[in-house]
Amino acid sequence: MEEGGHRTAFLLRADQYADEGKWLMETMQRNKYREITEKIIEKALLLSAIAAILVVVLISVFIFAQGWPVIQKYGLGHFLLNMEWKPLADPVQFGILPMIAGSFAVTFGAIILGVPLGVGCAVFLAEFAPKRVNKIVRPGIELLAGIPSVVYGFWGLVVLVPLIQNHIGGRGMSVLAASIVLAIMILPTVINISEDSIRAVPREYKEGSFALGATHWQTIKKVILPAARSGILTAVVLGMGRAIGETMAVILVAGNATIVPGSILDMVRTLTAHIAIEMGYAAGEHQQALFATGVVLFVVIMILNSMVLLIPRRAGDN
Amino acid sequence: MIEEKIARGLLWFSVFITLGILFIILFHIISQGIFHISWEFLTETPKHMGKEGGVLPSIIGTVYLVLVSLAVATPIGVMAGIYLTEYTRNGKLVSIIRFFTETLAGIPSIVFGLFGFLFFVIFLGWGWSIMSGGLTVAFMILPTIVRTTEEAIKSVPMSYREGSLALGATRWQTIYKIVLPSALPGIVTGVILGMGRVVGETAAVYLTAGTSGFMIPSSVWEPTRTLSVHLFVLASEGISFEKAYATATVLVVLIFVINFLANKLMSVMVSKRQGVEV
Repeated sequence: MEEGGHRTAFLLRADQYADEGKWLMETMQRNKYREITEKIIEKALLLSAIAAILVVVLISVFIFAQGWPVIQKYGLGHFLLNMEWKPLADPVQFGILPMIAGSFAVTFGAIILGVPLGVGCAVFLAEFAPKRVNKIVRPGIELLAGIPSVVYGFWGLVVLVPLIQNHIGGRGMSVLAASIVLAIMILPTVINISEDSIRAVPREYKEGSFALGATHWQTIKKVILPAARSGILTAVVLGMGRAIGETMAVILVAGNATIVPGSILDMVRTLTAHIAIEMGYAAGEHQQALFATGVVLFVVIMILNSMVLLIPRRAGDN
Repeated sequence: MIEEKIARGLLWFSVFITLGILFIILFHIISQGIFHISWEFLTETPKHMGKEGGVLPSIIGTVYLVLVSLAVATPIGVMAGIYLTEYTRNGKLVSIIRFFTETLAGIPSIVFGLFGFLFFVIFLGWGWSIMSGGLTVAFMILPTIVRTTEEAIKSVPMSYREGSLALGATRWQTIYKIVLPSALPGIVTGVILGMGRVVGETAAVYLTAGTSGFMIPSSVWEPTRTLSVHLFVLASEGISFEKAYATATVLVVLIFVINFLANKLMSVMVSKRQGVEV
């Protein structure tokens, strides 16, 4: 009897231990399961994060593989410094100097017109604008950034080109028309980045200047703008990148003649326009030469992007 | 004092000019285009190279292109954004990834077009198709989605995560159940902005999705001519300025709607956050 009782108690306890053991096992199992899930998810996220690297590498490999042979065959000098583009003549001429000059001209024009306007807007928005005005201007700039580039190009074609032709001279389609259209298109980039950098100037700088008796404008000119200059420089470089890379809007207003423009009223063809226009019918070496043009464009953009990295984050950092 | 006044005047003037340009462009396009938009224009296929008829195939093609590109870019972009903010905020790998994301954002659309043409159209043999175009454009909007996801996730208060982790939730459970729902409006804003970019993209689509736009595409493996490409063809070949104005108006109205939605979501996010903080 006694013994039996002991036995039952022992068995009960053993049962309990077994249950606990099972529970422990299950928990460990579940934790392990969870840990594995977490690991898998982390790897999947990492994979997505390096997708950008893979894409950039893929793009450069494909563009270079297609464009490099023709550069090698004719020489970089022939390609970059030759004024003649005659892909179907005999012997063929693959000089893209006119297009390089064209891209440079319209980008320079866009910067000259767009940067003062954009930085002006940025200073106004960050320093002067009453809240109510800001509420109107901000969506306006977002809209400016959102409008498709081809719509700007179309507007340039139907409004700007005739305007230039009738009142200034030339045939309307010109460096000037392209520069104006591009200047409008880079405005949002220039405004947003400049404004951010102006707002990032420490409050103390401003307060110190005010305390010394400087007016608001003196403070802006002597303290805020110099302190924000690295950000503004970044804005200019990114604006340049945008202007160099724009294609369809430029095709519609630039006239696209393969000559080095002599004046702002001359027709011009940019690197981007050059590729888009001729890809439609190019074949063989001609097509490869267009990919080589893409290589040049790609390298130029890479250089600009690296320049952004070299700009010190804040004035005084260097 | 005089300098102060002149400076102030010039700053006001620059804003005035900027908004003025925007207004002039929109007014010109819409006032010319609105009268050429009719029910027929929106629901018919083009005739005589686009001189007559409507833009239905282009509208459908644009929708297809948006869907394909978002279906690819959204998961990858959001997951990348999560990784860059929740798993490794600093470190060498992150700065490398960030550099390449910036680089991707800076590559001109025509170069994307060249790549898409080589890789999807030729190398993979997909031809000019919505699929080729959609994937090419997906790469283009990837940086936008990564960046806005990062911003949205960063703005989720740390206390949310701490609360969740303290309850014994794992990292991923915390992200999935707590962080992502709070960051959702910001993420969706990014996706909508990406959508705007797809709608407006021309050069890359032109080289990868083709320009044939007279038939309604029946699958993603068929070529299409999006609204932007249609406008470009009409304008550059001088086919019909009336139809070009009408197409441009449709595009501008689309962008209006897209920006409006993005702004609404952004303000939802801001007010929600303020409600919590108080």
